[in-house]
Amino acid sequence: MKFIYHLSQIKRSDQKLVGGKASALAIMAQEKLPIPKTICISTNVYNIFMDETGLRAQVLMEYHRKRFDQMRWEEIWDCSLRIQNMFARAPIPSTLFEPLSEEIASLFDKRAVAVRSSAIGEDSASASFAGLHESYLNVKGPEEVLEHIKLVWASTWSDGAILYRKEIGLQVEKSCMAVLVQELVQGQESGVIFGRSPVDQSKAVIEAVYGLNQGLVDGTVEPDRWMIDRDSGRIVSHTPARRTKAIVSASRGVKSINLSAEKRNKPPLTRHKVKQLFIIEKRLAKLFGSDQDVEWTYDNSRLRLLQSRPITAIDKDEKTDDRKWYLSLRPSFDNLVSLRTNIENEIIPAMVLEAESLKRIDFKRMTNQELATEISRRADICEKWKKQYWDFCIPFAHGIRLFGVVYNKTVKPENPYEFLELLAGTTLKSVKRNEKLQRLANKLKEDKSLRELVQSGKLPEDSKFSDEVTALAEELGTPLSGMISSSQLRARMLELIIEMSETGHVRKQQKGRSKSSLEKRYLASMPKSNHAFALQLMDLARASYRLRDDDNIYLGQIDRLLLDAVQEARNRSVVVSSMPLDISRTDEVAKCLRNPNYRPERRKSKPVEVRDKQVMPRQLVGQPAGAGLATGRARVIRKTEDLFAFKKGEVLVCDAIDPNMTFVVPLASAIVERRGGMLIHGAIIAREYGLPCVTGVPDADKIISTGHQITVDGYLGIVTINRNSV
Amino acid sequence: MEKLTDLRRKLKELFDKQSIGVLSTQKRNRPYASLVAFAVTDDFKSFVFATPRTTRKYSNIMASSRAALLIDNRSNKLSDFRRAMAVTVVGTVRELRKSRKSRLIQLYTGKHSHLEDFIKSPTCAVLCLEAETLHIVDRFQHVVELHLNK
Repeated sequence: MKFIYHLSQIKRSDQKLVGGKASALAIMAQEKLPIPKTICISTNVYNIFMDETGLRAQVLMEYHRKRFDQMRWEEIWDCSLRIQNMFARAPIPSTLFEPLSEEIASLFDKRAVAVRSSAIGEDSASASFAGLHESYLNVKGPEEVLEHIKLVWASTWSDGAILYRKEIGLQVEKSCMAVLVQELVQGQESGVIFGRSPVDQSKAVIEAVYGLNQGLVDGTVEPDRWMIDRDSGRIVSHTPARRTKAIVSASRGVKSINLSAEKRNKPPLTRHKVKQLFIIEKRLAKLFGSDQDVEWTYDNSRLRLLQSRPITAIDKDEKTDDRKWYLSLRPSFDNLVSLRTNIENEIIPAMVLEAESLKRIDFKRMTNQELATEISRRADICEKWKKQYWDFCIPFAHGIRLFGVVYNKTVKPENPYEFLELLAGTTLKSVKRNEKLQRLANKLKEDKSLRELVQSGKLPEDSKFSDEVTALAEELGTPLSGMISSSQLRARMLELIIEMSETGHVRKQQKGRSKSSLEKRYLASMPKSNHAFALQLMDLARASYRLRDDDNIYLGQIDRLLLDAVQEARNRSVVVSSMPLDISRTDEVAKCLRNPNYRPERRKSKPVEVRDKQVMPRQLVGQPAGAGLATGRARVIRKTEDLFAFKKGEVLVCDAIDPNMTFVVPLASAIVERRGGMLIHGAIIAREYGLPCVTGVPDADKIISTGHQITVDGYLGIVTINRNSV
Repeated sequence: MEKLTDLRRKLKELFDKQSIGVLSTQKRNRPYASLVAFAVTDDFKSFVFATPRTTRKYSNIMASSRAALLIDNRSNKLSDFRRAMAVTVVGTVRELRKSRKSRLIQLYTGKHSHLEDFIKSPTCAVLCLEAETLHIVDRFQHVVELHLNK
């Protein structure tokens, strides 16, 4: 069985062993085109590695934990993280390690190489996989090369690659990967040729940057762009970039450097080189029988071709699908830093100011027309902030993921979520709020007479304790505040505080290693030269973790201020008061106020799904999102009011936890959520309180009813319903 | 949420395809398991099987009529973890009177014609596990119960 193929040995029929990229390079090398020294580690090696380490079974178990159509993107990312960590931790068996390292050493010694993917089906006309699998530049020495081969194998299971394979109908289970090890050309100018522009098919496009290609491919370095008429070969246009930086080799990996003044003012390519590249693409298009997308580099003006692939069929379906949106949520570190600055310095302060200015408006004195205008204005304000939330806050959550990927690749922890221990405990806004609630509960616990007063319902409304409860109720910003009077709301809050005072809750200490020892372990896993970046990344991830919860609270406040105005409309109009307090119906509310004869259309409520009495789900499978085991009475949260009925020790079960709902979490013994993912609010708050948590349980809130006795296994992600309680 | 009709369709498919299950019995705290050829009624309430009266399983059933029958479609491959389905039928066993007209015996010989002579033997007992609950496991850990008497 052949492990390593030299380009000269690869035949067209070997594609299933060497993958698309290697196959194309072999054809180019055999045509005497300028290709750097390259070998291909065949899929035989991947398959032996998967079988000898037992990883094939483990990966398939993990991949099939849940039905794919029931998984959210976040769950696919989690699944991918767990699988990639399995690769990182599995040592390469000696039967592979010895022959491979010997050959790699004899060919490249300690010279720098690039380790690139060459998956089966990759770089064909129907599937490009561009950017979905990993490539590593500037890797030195056989051991490091083998370690990076493993990382490239692992990228077969990246979230993007899994989704792409599913989309184009490849069997994910049968995925396998060949890997290219290629002498690293320290090019001074690099780029891509696109034989046919996706926007104007009569033109070819050449993009070029200073330094290595990586900056262009991952979008961190803006390229100069030339458009060339395909028929005449004439350069039609040149769009210069704002040239500021370049990606070059560091002692390990690559780094970004600032360009000299001379290079900032000079395009990376001469017209002659642009034309030379265009001719090369023409030659490749003829060789492969279709227009090509080619990566190249110039090393001291000597052209080297790094890869060539057919231009994938242009998507005829122009509709924007969600997968594309999801894949766009992978901003680079630099982009994340600027997102953070924007969110912390602009968006959140502006949201707070907006909320304060809305609070000052007294709509009691407004006419109905004025109130209608105010409701429409507030609805627009909510929309505006929601858009900001989707455009900035959601992509910023990727900061946590980026840190997780770096942590797992370097530390290779047993628990793929160990990195979250370094992020938790950063004093979330919701946790601070819960602490205030607990302080009030402690006051009741300590002061018997106050407690008796509260329990008997005789607490004077103007007492200090009452004021504190009212203030906290306001802060909770629950939509319930729009549905009941403030005195009723205060009464509900008091019931909750009494419940908390009876038992109290102590946040469990994080088990395992302390944060500082984990931090040391993280830093020790990489060379000292990378420590500054590692710390910056951790700081960014902490902000990302904190803001993921906090931004929802700020957004919730703005929503509540819209609902306050709607509530005023309900007080004035019988028609409005018969409508549900629903943020999506504010248009109709405003119309009712403007025109007393307007009658909103009655919306049909969804038919309630009746469960067959004979069928009883016993054991539900979700994602383990908070370690621990707990059994308790389920409290299913279907409406906000259910939160106030929450009793100490119950298991919180819901469709999706909103940070505005998490004030009952200190009373809960565990959390079960329909929505899945390790980074959803339910999982974040469960970790803060050390509670067992299972997320991504399909139909959790429909299958489980309040009163069921359930067991939550947060280690395995299993929820068991005790039959006797049903 | 699992629909009763979908579940019944899946179960029927499994019971039609499989002819042998694992019967669990016990006597005086000594558990025992044995393979039996089974047939089942369309309502999944009666699982018929046969055994010589001299066997340990028969002796156990006579001492304790509560039993379980495991029927599954595993193929002894890795894919079992996602594809295999296992049903544990729990209920009470009673012995059937051997009559040619017996609907249950006809059902049994219809599925296992090669056992016709076997069950004719006076030393062979034909038994019926009257099912109360079916515990259905698929995708490794997903468990649903079907309660037949509800």
